[in-house]
Amino acid sequence: MSRASEDSNRRMLRARDAMDRAYAEPLDVPTLARLAHVSPAHFSRTFTATFGEPPHRYLQRRRVERAMFLLRSSDRSVTEICMSVGFSSLGTFSRVFADIVGEPPSVYRRRGPLAPVPSCFGMRWLRPSGETARSEKPGDPARS
Amino acid sequence: MLTSLSITSLYVLDQDQALDFYVGTLGFEVQTDQQFGPMRFLTVALPSDPGHAVLLELPAPPSVSPEIAGQVRDLVTKGAGGGHLFFTTDDAHKTHAALKEKGVELPEEPVVQPYGIDFGFRDPFGNSVRIAQMTPPPSA
Repeated sequence: MSRASEDSNRRMLRARDAMDRAYAEPLDVPTLARLAHVSPAHFSRTFTATFGEPPHRYLQRRRVERAMFLLRSSDRSVTEICMSVGFSSLGTFSRVFADIVGEPPSVYRRRGPLAPVPSCFGMRWLRPSGETARSEKPGDPARS
Repeated sequence: MLTSLSITSLYVLDQDQALDFYVGTLGFEVQTDQQFGPMRFLTVALPSDPGHAVLLELPAPPSVSPEIAGQVRDLVTKGAGGGHLFFTTDDAHKTHAALKEKGVELPEEPVVQPYGIDFGFRDPFGNSVRIAQMTPPPSA
């Protein structure tokens, strides 16, 4: 692995950290590319090669993860949560959420409150994989 | 049975640069710095907590093959090298300001969490560092 690619990794990581932090803001590719000090075209391509998914997809999963967190740790309405994590339309939010999590926000909410762990840990592990909803029962064969 | 955690290992990509950061910036002290065959055995600890040392380890041959060393370096710079350090402080805002003064790239301001006030950033290589001013339990 060359030093150039390590430097590139760190730049992409800086932009990904910005998505983890400022997920509620309208982060577009030009903004993120500026943070990584590369051109927009180079950014999308390199980010995808580095982390295995396009920046937009990563941001959607982060927003859905934050929504999952809020659904289970607050009493705020689904609409309010949708807006507070960076979606501007409830329809889009519900569709993306269900695509990624496997069930609608209101159903997911019924899973109940979350364990109190440091937020960075929660953000790493609760981000949905985008394939199937995970069972939370230990030993469940559906768990992956 | 076990009594305490004494050393935890962290992959760094350059031990001198790691010393600059962990000692020069975060306030660790060098506990051990000796040549162990081809490997520099380098541990640092906080002056206020000498029982918990961090081994600043280089992923390099002969410990791992050159190919694996490259893979580890790749993962560390992608933030997936496994290094996560979580510190406590008595004043998160003051610590944040002091680190900013020292030129640390701090992507966030201290945030109030259920367990305390904390903020995160990365070491020069990509390992994540988090500093929290813990909220005392209700009984305290």
